[in-house]
Amino acid sequence: MYHFQSAVVAAAVALAVFSSPGVAADNPSDPQIAHIAYTAGVIDIATAKLALKKSHNKAVRAFAEDMVRDHQAVNDKALALVKKLHVTPEDNATSQSLVSQADTERADLGKLSGKAFDKAYVDNEVAFHKTVDNALETTLIPSASNSELKSLLQTGLKIFAGHLQHAEHLASKLK
Amino acid sequence: MRTFVRQAAVLLLLQIACARAGAAGEIVQVKINDLAFSPTEITIKPGDTVEWVNADFVDHTATATGGSWDILIGPGKSARRKFDKPGTSKYYCRFHPNMTGIIRVRK
Repeated sequence: MYHFQSAVVAAAVALAVFSSPGVAADNPSDPQIAHIAYTAGVIDIATAKLALKKSHNKAVRAFAEDMVRDHQAVNDKALALVKKLHVTPEDNATSQSLVSQADTERADLGKLSGKAFDKAYVDNEVAFHKTVDNALETTLIPSASNSELKSLLQTGLKIFAGHLQHAEHLASKLK
Repeated sequence: MRTFVRQAAVLLLLQIACARAGAAGEIVQVKINDLAFSPTEITIKPGDTVEWVNADFVDHTATATGGSWDILIGPGKSARRKFDKPGTSKYYCRFHPNMTGIIRVRK
């Protein structure tokens, strides 16, 4: 049931990234791209912090710590870059949709505990990283016009692709 | 005469220092860039030291499969480990398990 819910949320997020009325689906601007990427990082950190509060599973906790460490490092780098480029990240419909979906997801996760929480959290991480990685690869990276922003997003994609593999491996162990 | 003795002593000390440096082995670098160990596989002599240099902006580790050794390498930092015993060590990054490497220590 929860797995199905994660898939629905992921599909909704994917739809938001590609077809939100507030963002040109094919061509979000650099300030919008920076905002979307940063927001995705903030969401994953918040979900990981929830996992660190609730989970007692060593592997799940280690994964959540990895998420906090890496997404914080990427977001710190992104903040330094936008400051250097004098770019102000611009809120947009995709970011707003990501936040609202994630809030619902986190509230649902908060109701679970023990093994049910661990499985739901990791399944959610698989779905979330699939969506974000796909959005980076097909929309955000091709649309980024500044070369340094594009390069940071490309490094981010490499890091997040690793997270997806790690989450999938963990999910297979929790079954 | 005294100067000669002093020079001989200095020379002897230098030779000892050089011999010790030789015994300590070489330092072999493995770079970490864009979430990969490079070179992925290295072959070294017993007593050589591997130095991992992390050019990424995220933390990495070099961790033996099985966990017999575990080294944290911060962003922009480097860390070393000496390998004395012949054999093959497979390792990975605990934070990014798809990053893997192999160290072969010759006999």
